[in-house]
Amino acid sequence: MALLSVEDLSFAYRDREILSRISFPVDAGEVLGLVGPNGCGKTTLIRCVDGMLAPKCGRVLLHGQDLRGMHRREVARAMAYVPQSTGNRTASTVFETVLMGRRPYLNWTVSPADEEKVVEALDLLDLGGLAFRKVGELSGGERQRVMIARALVQETGVVLLDEPTSNLDVRHQMAVMEVLSGLAEERGLAVVIALHDLNLAATYCRRLLVLAKGSIYGHGTPEEVLTPEMLGSVYGIEAVVKRDLPAPYVVPVRPGQLQEGV
Amino acid sequence: MEEIVALREGYSRIRKTRAAFIGGLLVLLVILIGVAVTLGSAGFTVGESYLAILAGLFPGTFTAPEMADVIVWDYRLHRVLFAVAAGFGLAVAGAVMQGILRNPLASPFTLGISSAAATGASVAIVLGAGFVGGEYLIIANAFLFALLASVAIYGMARYRGVSSETMILAGIALMYLFSAVTSLLQYVGTAEELQAVVFWMFGSVGKSTWPKLGIVTLVLACTIPYLVYRAWDLNALAEGDEVAAGLGVPVERSMMVFMMVASLLTAVIICFTGTIGFVGLVAPHITRMAIGSDYRTLIPASGLVGAVLLLAADSVGRSILAPQVLPVGIVTAFLGVPFFIYLFMHRRNA
Repeated sequence: MALLSVEDLSFAYRDREILSRISFPVDAGEVLGLVGPNGCGKTTLIRCVDGMLAPKCGRVLLHGQDLRGMHRREVARAMAYVPQSTGNRTASTVFETVLMGRRPYLNWTVSPADEEKVVEALDLLDLGGLAFRKVGELSGGERQRVMIARALVQETGVVLLDEPTSNLDVRHQMAVMEVLSGLAEERGLAVVIALHDLNLAATYCRRLLVLAKGSIYGHGTPEEVLTPEMLGSVYGIEAVVKRDLPAPYVVPVRPGQLQEGV
Repeated sequence: MEEIVALREGYSRIRKTRAAFIGGLLVLLVILIGVAVTLGSAGFTVGESYLAILAGLFPGTFTAPEMADVIVWDYRLHRVLFAVAAGFGLAVAGAVMQGILRNPLASPFTLGISSAAATGASVAIVLGAGFVGGEYLIIANAFLFALLASVAIYGMARYRGVSSETMILAGIALMYLFSAVTSLLQYVGTAEELQAVVFWMFGSVGKSTWPKLGIVTLVLACTIPYLVYRAWDLNALAEGDEVAAGLGVPVERSMMVFMMVASLLTAVIICFTGTIGFVGLVAPHITRMAIGSDYRTLIPASGLVGAVLLLAADSVGRSILAPQVLPVGIVTAFLGVPFFIYLFMHRRNA
């Protein structure tokens, strides 16, 4: 059984339909990349999956259980969500920000076991040296790692991330994706990541889900999904997809140049 | 392994600092209460004032100097304790609003609640109209208008979708609206009415009595433990709506409840005091700079900072031009603003 499965989900904002009839499963140990042009509904889909937005119809199953029948705290113990980075301005330290991930389990006091988990996550994301710095003083990449650490101490089977690599340079993009794909494998997590960078998605995701205008255009391995036809009809660009590398690589070209070259 | 030990020690150090900060503030507050009680035309020492307070609490055990107990218990102590309670409550209300709205400028004053109370008082003073008659007309009007403002913010946020932006914009809009209404009432009022309105808006703890102190204390006793109890939800909301929702906090409901609790705290205080704007804004900032932003300690510590600030300001106001008494609302701004700017600039450079 899939850890997370979305069944026939539609969402509308007043009369405007944003998502229509989305279905997909995510297995334990799988990293699913959510790709598609701006405004195609990636963030809306993630918010619906997390239960923050109520879908018009369809359902989300977590371990086979319908999300709507679950208490918010239960959901928070099963699924973590890392929203798009919004320049956190709070004065909290890194340690305390990560500790907040224990909120679904905490009563009021913090137990040594909770502290242990925070320390472990900080260590895993190489944040030990920054533990008592304020989050607002960190660089974008460091802050992103703090948000991921917070999601990890939630100890959930499912992790949703919205553009975790935006604003990061290529080295930090890869570092973040390495951590996530490593964790998915080691701990059997189901990870859903909305990404803009198709090549990063192809390198790290087992499957890609292509959204176009609120519907699924394609769902499969990067090799299956990343084709010049898809790029043409979903993004409206001309591109070459190189296949002689470990993962397919998309090279966009300027309009008209492709025909001239051939 | 070493690193793990260091990290845990680091966190336990933070906790100790917080406990020490709160303990220090409590001691400071007790000293300040003793000093504040000595201020006035009938002079006696700090020791005598403590004796008089204790004699009132435990009549058999302690004996106060002649007249001291009457002066302390009938005239001074309720005013001093009212300043403590008002400072505490306004600071906590500010801390909660800044957290849930994620805006460092959020406070009862900037969200229009104080302006609404001033309008309520003006309506009572100038038009003599209100919901309750008699001597409580002004107080009841101020209280109800303050609550009205928060209900209006609630309504607009509800209609437009609850978010920190809508609440702040709604609050600012209301502040201007109520200020305009107050100005209009001042314009049409007589000279005496105008003076009364202006005097009310200065903000003062001079009108305190034991029953009024009792009401404020009761509201504090009901709301503060609740806010401390829900400190983790406040922590999560301060990180953002989406983060809080992801951590299992029912975001909209919680924001509304916290907003209402903070408004009630504000309303019940400023209906007795008039506008005291500065404490609610600054006390939480000072506290955050000192001990960080965990609401489990931020709430009690902000409250104590607010209590110390307001009592200190009132004491200065009573003594600087004695026997003239300056309203505390004016003194808080004069003393607090430079202090705050100093802290702020100092912090930025460090």
